[in-house]
Amino acid sequence: MDIDLITNILYATIRTGTPLILVALGEMVCEKSGVLNLGQEGTLLMGAVIGFIAAVTTGNLFVAVLIAIVAGMAMSLLFGFLSITLVSNQVATGLALTIFGAGLSAFLGSSYVGIGIDGIQPLAIPYLADIPMIGKIFFQQDPLVYLSFILFGLVYWTFNSTRLGLKIRAVGENPEAANAMGMNVHGIRYMAVLFGGAMTGLAGGYLSLAYTPLWSEGMSAGRGWIALALVVFASWKAERIMLGAYLFGAASIMHLVMQGLGFDVAPNLLAMLPYVATILVLVLLGSNSIKAKLSAPISLGQPYRPQL
Amino acid sequence: MSKASWLQSPLKLEKRPSDSQKIAYLSPVLAIALTLISGGLLFLFLGHNPLTALHTFFIAPLSDVYGWTELGIKVAPLLLCAMGLTLCFRAKIWNIGAEGQFIMGALGGGFVALQFLDAESAWVLIPILLAGIVSGMAWAALAAYLKTHFKVNEILSTIMLNYIALNALLYAVHGPLKDPNGFNFPESALFADAALLPVFSDDYRLNISLLFGLFFMVAIWTLMSRTWVGYQIHVLGEDAAAAKYAGFKQKKLTWFALLACGALAGLAGVSEAAGPVGQLIPAISPGYGYAAIIVVFLGRMHPVGILLGSMLLGLTYMGGEMVQIEMSLPKSLTGLFQGMLLFFLLACDLLISYRVVRNKSVNVSVAREATSA
Amino acid sequence: MMARLLLKGITKTYPGCIANKDIDLAVKAGEIHALLGENGAGKSTLMKIIYGVVKPDSGQLLWEGEATQITGPSHARQLGIGMVFQHFSLFETLTVAENIALGLPEADSKNLDALSQRIKTVSEHYGMALDPQRYVHTLSVGEQQRVEIVRCLLQDIKLLILDEPTSVLTPQEVKSLFKTLRQLASEGCSILFISHKLDEVTDICEGATILRHGEVTGDCNPQAVTSQDIARMMVGDDTPLTENYEKAEGDLSQRPTVLNIRELDFKSDDPFACALHGLNLEVKQGEILGIAGVAGNGQDELMSLLSGEETCANDRINLLGQDMGNWSPARRRELGFAFVPEERLGRGAVPNMSLKENALLSSSHKGLLHTNWFNKGLIKFDQVKQLTTTIIEKYKVKCGGLEAQAKSLSGGNLQKFIIGREIEQNPKLLVCSHPTWGVDIGAAILIRHALIELRDQGCAIIVVSEDIDELYQISDRLCAICDGHLSPIKPTRDITIDTLGQWMAGHFNTDENTNKQTEELAHV
Repeated sequence: MDIDLITNILYATIRTGTPLILVALGEMVCEKSGVLNLGQEGTLLMGAVIGFIAAVTTGNLFVAVLIAIVAGMAMSLLFGFLSITLVSNQVATGLALTIFGAGLSAFLGSSYVGIGIDGIQPLAIPYLADIPMIGKIFFQQDPLVYLSFILFGLVYWTFNSTRLGLKIRAVGENPEAANAMGMNVHGIRYMAVLFGGAMTGLAGGYLSLAYTPLWSEGMSAGRGWIALALVVFASWKAERIMLGAYLFGAASIMHLVMQGLGFDVAPNLLAMLPYVATILVLVLLGSNSIKAKLSAPISLGQPYRPQL
Repeated sequence: MSKASWLQSPLKLEKRPSDSQKIAYLSPVLAIALTLISGGLLFLFLGHNPLTALHTFFIAPLSDVYGWTELGIKVAPLLLCAMGLTLCFRAKIWNIGAEGQFIMGALGGGFVALQFLDAESAWVLIPILLAGIVSGMAWAALAAYLKTHFKVNEILSTIMLNYIALNALLYAVHGPLKDPNGFNFPESALFADAALLPVFSDDYRLNISLLFGLFFMVAIWTLMSRTWVGYQIHVLGEDAAAAKYAGFKQKKLTWFALLACGALAGLAGVSEAAGPVGQLIPAISPGYGYAAIIVVFLGRMHPVGILLGSMLLGLTYMGGEMVQIEMSLPKSLTGLFQGMLLFFLLACDLLISYRVVRNKSVNVSVAREATSA
Repeated sequence: MMARLLLKGITKTYPGCIANKDIDLAVKAGEIHALLGENGAGKSTLMKIIYGVVKPDSGQLLWEGEATQITGPSHARQLGIGMVFQHFSLFETLTVAENIALGLPEADSKNLDALSQRIKTVSEHYGMALDPQRYVHTLSVGEQQRVEIVRCLLQDIKLLILDEPTSVLTPQEVKSLFKTLRQLASEGCSILFISHKLDEVTDICEGATILRHGEVTGDCNPQAVTSQDIARMMVGDDTPLTENYEKAEGDLSQRPTVLNIRELDFKSDDPFACALHGLNLEVKQGEILGIAGVAGNGQDELMSLLSGEETCANDRINLLGQDMGNWSPARRRELGFAFVPEERLGRGAVPNMSLKENALLSSSHKGLLHTNWFNKGLIKFDQVKQLTTTIIEKYKVKCGGLEAQAKSLSGGNLQKFIIGREIEQNPKLLVCSHPTWGVDIGAAILIRHALIELRDQGCAIIVVSEDIDELYQISDRLCAICDGHLSPIKPTRDITIDTLGQWMAGHFNTDENTNKQTEELAHV
């Protein structure tokens, strides 16, 4: 295996990991506030299809990305209304969101299948891009990849040094107490859910506008679910989400590696890898349940209605 | 002095002392009505007469006996999967894996069927069905093992297993089980006639899998309502701490519910392959395993409700095909209707535990004058 | 003098019950004022109204003479009102400083280091030392209460509301808390002290308002009237004030042993749980053994080990001559074990299931299953129905019939139902966790009598409680648990309240003499 191949694999790893990072960071914020949104897969598809339609219609990729974000937020608002305001079961509501998103995206996108667009192009960062290997891997990516680095920094900073981060954690741990302290539990939860939706919408846009600039039914291929597992794997820590997402990215492009090494393995078997990896990761975590218990937001999945 | 006036909305939610049984049964009806209204609006938006379109979607498919038998073909797998899921959901085991268990059932049963391409006796159905059931169970057993031994969240594990099962099926029909005389299509050979489930009448495709569905509907319901193990599953789902307090064996019950569901979903899968489809194809399941989740919620985990729910969801598949043919609308309307239905249902279910009341005017007689005490 | 806080005609109704009706209340500056009443009298609702958590249906609130609508807790704190809830509003995974920061205006909490310094200064000034960097889940309950109080004191506080502050403290900790409160009051802060314990109120309060069934039944100076009078206002005319429960007769040591625990060590998987160290315990036939202790000192773990929800080495626990440390709960029940857990809804009873279904929960071994069908597979619904009816009638459970959901019952009625269900199994050993916590006095008396009657029939009973008065009333022998260690066990009449307090704080080796010395030391 030569250096170029390794560089290419790492380059592709970053690209493949990016949508996972976006969804998982958003979901992490959401879960920190105590809301378990299992609808990320459906939201991701909606972001992808709406972003793609916007790109075809307007021809402006920047606008398309923004519209994908809005689509994600709209989906999460629907989820938030049911699960926060109407205190519905978060698990069932998340599943409903996924089923709904899959159906609606297939419906909306049915006449856009097979259309090609010029996707978001890589943007080399001057000077940095010229560093051997590192430059190619990190600094010749497209703008959304850079955005994912920035968003990671933002989430990390919020939870490690701001009062807002403290508030989100407080609401996710003990909403009754947070309410008694005068915090607006529902407000904070809505904000967290909307942020999660925006991130997932962005990830959807990334898929259909940058990663593979086209629309096909069910193109997210379970990434929304893998991202959910990633949050658990990362023990609700942003830095571990980055690491985990790139590991999963690597698992998803195993076929490249295999081809590079000259192996001939059926593509459908290799396609199982990310899913198998997800299960393995959850197994590893499960054997350390004490740690998981300490890091999971305590009120995760518990609806909250203030007593009036 | 008083600063902000207390935020007021004209209506507010108030918790009921006891859940309303009446609303629990009314809520699906309301949800269906809301889905129809939204669907009508959607058709209107797409430039079709909503009534005609709804008629085409929900009524036209059932205008003749053939239509009803076709519905039966769709009800059978939905009913089987939904009864299995009922057991799991009662125990609050969020098994989303009926889809994967269905596919593995089809694959396992199909594999056996493909070994008997020259079979002439219907006895061959027994190993085929058994293989389907066992494959579905094995797939569910993986989830049960992961949950009981490694505390892996079953939602994530079963979803992942669904994707793996789908890829296993794709691998099989692209590779080892591909029909050598099939012009390189990703499909298996057609099963022998003896390896297909008997039909009621040669004019229709409806086969005895509907009887399997009805039988297990009664069996699972008896289990849930009359037996000690059914009671334990119910307690476990409602209140795990109480189940532990009473000494119920959580792991055993988890295994039981998941294995039973896997068996039923596997049976549904093999019945589909050895029934209306008659071979292995990549799209062996049009999402029955996911639709069955909606059936369970819609049917209130009650057998009659689940039967009706299966019929409605089965109808959405036929309606989707119908509007595609008649009105050239995308078939994916099926998924859209299914999603909407579940959404409206969850929203309406709020009324089981809460009621909407008028906000009593909180005209707190705040005295404006300062009082000296 | 103008009242600092004045309530006039406050009314609050919830569906199906009136929590507060036409309440008047006045608290003066620098006064320690008691709000007295039984469980369910409406004290907590009234406090939440003052603190802005709950909005009243009608009535007016005057703060320092001005009519005020308190829009929420932050508004209340701006006004100078602080509250310490009975269930603390703390976040266990955050540090003390972070917890306090969340309760302060943003400007005061920007700089966590400066805040930590202030926390240290203030807490030491009031004799409640605190380490700002510690995580809350590592603190004892008493220390957690200090965090709550210090949080209030960091602001310019004029009224401090304390909801049942002593229920989680040892007698010695109560003394030290009262010292702090007196200091605060002398500095001009008003204190509203919610309690149902008369002796504490007469000890520290200068004024008292008494509630019953949501209405004010009296206003008085507790130091000027007898506690008899106050008690009468609390419980009404038709309830007996003093209850006398006979102690078990004869020499207990001569009786056969029912339960024997030997050198029991236990460490749970749960990171928040308390470990048990070398517990030894013997319970005799026909006695009630009381175990006192502040919550979280190993009671839950001991209960789970007895019930079989947790298991240990088989020979550590012996019931009726059988080693059963690793038996399942069901097998223990067949041998004659019964258990009333602390959590009524969500352990002792399934909230969404009917009373009929809940009767079956722990009684299945009492002939409620068909033995000849599928090996105990089918339920005998007739018998279950009969059992449920018996429990409801015998233990006077007020409910909407056999099909009523458990969650629709009041705390007292649900507790009567659960205790009835366990007693009807004719247990040889009954373990009760907090049997009368949060129930009204009528239900409490019924429950205590049922326990005494069961004891007199020869059943061995263990009662774990934080209510020291109750333990003294019904226990034949008494001990305390602290940090997973068990104190010596002695006949109730031989244990002074001071000794018990020492035991609850973990000082097991003190007898009456050294007791005095440590107390003096504590005062230095």
